[in-house]
Amino acid sequence: MTPLIELKDIYKTYFLGEIDVPVLKGISISIQRGEYVALMGSSGSGKSTLMNILGCLDRPTSGDYFFENEEVGRASGDRRAQIRNTKIGFVFQNFNLLARTSALDNVIMPLTYTAQHLSDAECRRRGMAALEQVGIADRYRHYPSQLSGGQQQRVAIARALINRPPVIFADEPTGNLDSHTSVEVMDMFSKLNEEGMTVILVTHSNEIASCAKRSIHMSDGLVVSGEFKEEKPLTAKRAGEDKK
Amino acid sequence: MKTFSAFTTSLVSLRRNIVRTVLTMLGIVIGIAAVISMMELGSGSRTSLRKSIEKMGANSIMIMPGWMMMPGGARQATGTAVSLIPADAEAIGENCPSVALYSPVVRGSAIQIIFGNVNWEPANLYGVAPAYLKIRNWQIGEGREFTDAEVASNARVCLVGSTIVREVFGGNSPIGCELRIGEVAFEVIGVLKTKGANMMGMDEDDVVLTPWTTLRMRVTGLKTGTATNTSSTVSNYPGDRFAVSGVALYPEQSSSVTDDNLFYPRFTQINQIVVAAESAELTDQAVKEVTALLRERHRLKPEQDDDFRIRNSAEFMSMLDQTSQLMTNLLLGVALISLVVGGVGIMNIMLISVTERTREIGLRMAVGARSRDILKQFLIEAVTLCVSGGIIGIIVGRAISYGIEHYAKWPVESSPEAVIAAVLVSAGVGIVFGFYPAWKASRLDPIEALRYE
Repeated sequence: MTPLIELKDIYKTYFLGEIDVPVLKGISISIQRGEYVALMGSSGSGKSTLMNILGCLDRPTSGDYFFENEEVGRASGDRRAQIRNTKIGFVFQNFNLLARTSALDNVIMPLTYTAQHLSDAECRRRGMAALEQVGIADRYRHYPSQLSGGQQQRVAIARALINRPPVIFADEPTGNLDSHTSVEVMDMFSKLNEEGMTVILVTHSNEIASCAKRSIHMSDGLVVSGEFKEEKPLTAKRAGEDKK
Repeated sequence: MKTFSAFTTSLVSLRRNIVRTVLTMLGIVIGIAAVISMMELGSGSRTSLRKSIEKMGANSIMIMPGWMMMPGGARQATGTAVSLIPADAEAIGENCPSVALYSPVVRGSAIQIIFGNVNWEPANLYGVAPAYLKIRNWQIGEGREFTDAEVASNARVCLVGSTIVREVFGGNSPIGCELRIGEVAFEVIGVLKTKGANMMGMDEDDVVLTPWTTLRMRVTGLKTGTATNTSSTVSNYPGDRFAVSGVALYPEQSSSVTDDNLFYPRFTQINQIVVAAESAELTDQAVKEVTALLRERHRLKPEQDDDFRIRNSAEFMSMLDQTSQLMTNLLLGVALISLVVGGVGIMNIMLISVTERTREIGLRMAVGARSRDILKQFLIEAVTLCVSGGIIGIIVGRAISYGIEHYAKWPVESSPEAVIAAVLVSAGVGIVFGFYPAWKASRLDPIEALRYE
């Protein structure tokens, strides 16, 4: 089975004037369908940069990035936008919901970009289904300012799910939440993973990472452990589940 | 991205900042309103000019004698030469197919008219033929016009304008009254309908019309002489001034005299010939025919200048048209400048909006908006802003021109072209001034944009 995501020798260097700042120094990892991966590392380790490359928001300086066997690191901007729209769901630390826009409208916003064949009614139906999946369908008319942090993050998750992507990227999804709501949100990710969704988390918290079945540790632009699934024995994955 | 959903998105985001939206729109509203009312005023004034020229007789042509060379070589003004005779007018009527009507005109200047104890100096005292009224598009309000027979017989009859009726006859009907023109008594047989002031502001109703023969023979006297002999002005010979009615208009000439010596003697020099072309389109043709005929009759060699001048109202009309067009264009230019200022306001607000919504743009890109989707969204927002401003501007502009028409009594003509142009121009302003901010938004880096505080 080919992996969902495969990185081969990814380098990323920022050119700030005369100084070259290498951030990623040759990263090779592969992630299978249905995995629950935590991307860990201290700040400055390059995990956010790697996340941006994985999410097709940024391009690697060199190296190959295969997403579903397709080289996307050098694909056109439009193709990458299409991949972000249909194959990737994003969940951000600060939710990034549109202000003064109802929860439902926030959720169906990605549909306006590529799902042109859908009628308005169909869009709303799918939006409601996504809201139901995260358990706040009754709040569909509320504005983000009328929702709690946890509820806002659930709306954001519903938005990430709207196009039924194979993978969800979550960048510090609990960073702005208290510990109680954090648990709720992490439960949500676990539930999605059990339903077959690939989930990739970026975090620096061991507690959060422990929810994942596999952890990739980064330090100074290199992966120090967890490059390949095989490296992590099945027992360890179970151990992760037990902790939860 | 569906254009319609982009449109609704833009409406939502415009409504979010309603005060700002309205204030931004105001620039476009004022610009478009100014354009609309200026165009309507311009076309209204052009139409009223054209109407007043048509009232004067749209296809009339005026033939005047040319300038006169004084001994010593000094030129005098157009009309001073003695080159037109009634026979010229008759020849024009007979030989020019494009000419429908003709009338010789004799002008009496500085001649008093007296009725009872009132005296008055009419601005215009003309001796004409009956066709003159048709050429000038002038109607008889009361009484009758004079006949060709009365012209031929030097009859002492006259028509007066409404100003004369008011000033000389105290508003009473003057029909049948005896009016003294200079030293000769005339019977008033008709009153001309009121025409009002002409474009130059001169009262056209301050007029007395008599048969041209009567005015020339009995009142003004003759100008004798030729282009080279002008020392004689008004003849003092009584026979000239008080000619017995029934005599021929001018002394009979033998055929050899008329054929060989056209310029001698000019007993009955006239001041003007007015003719009407068959139609306004044939005016130019008629001018050509008249020119050719008069050159031939006056025996002018090809290298010689015309000894007459021709002016037609089409020429006059195009001149006035040009002037009013120029004024309209100037005003339109000012209005367009205000539209550009409004456009700059749009650009400014759109730039602010793009900066404010950087995070939103980043998010939209992260969930799959392509650059061109973002470009489209902001462009549609700018165009929506401008076009709705334009529509309000059209309404305001109509209201302004209605107000001008109603209160200032200026002629206004609604022009659908102006409305269409206004919509297109406002959409154009939206595209031109909205493009840079929209382009800027579409070029944002999603990572940077998402991180923007």
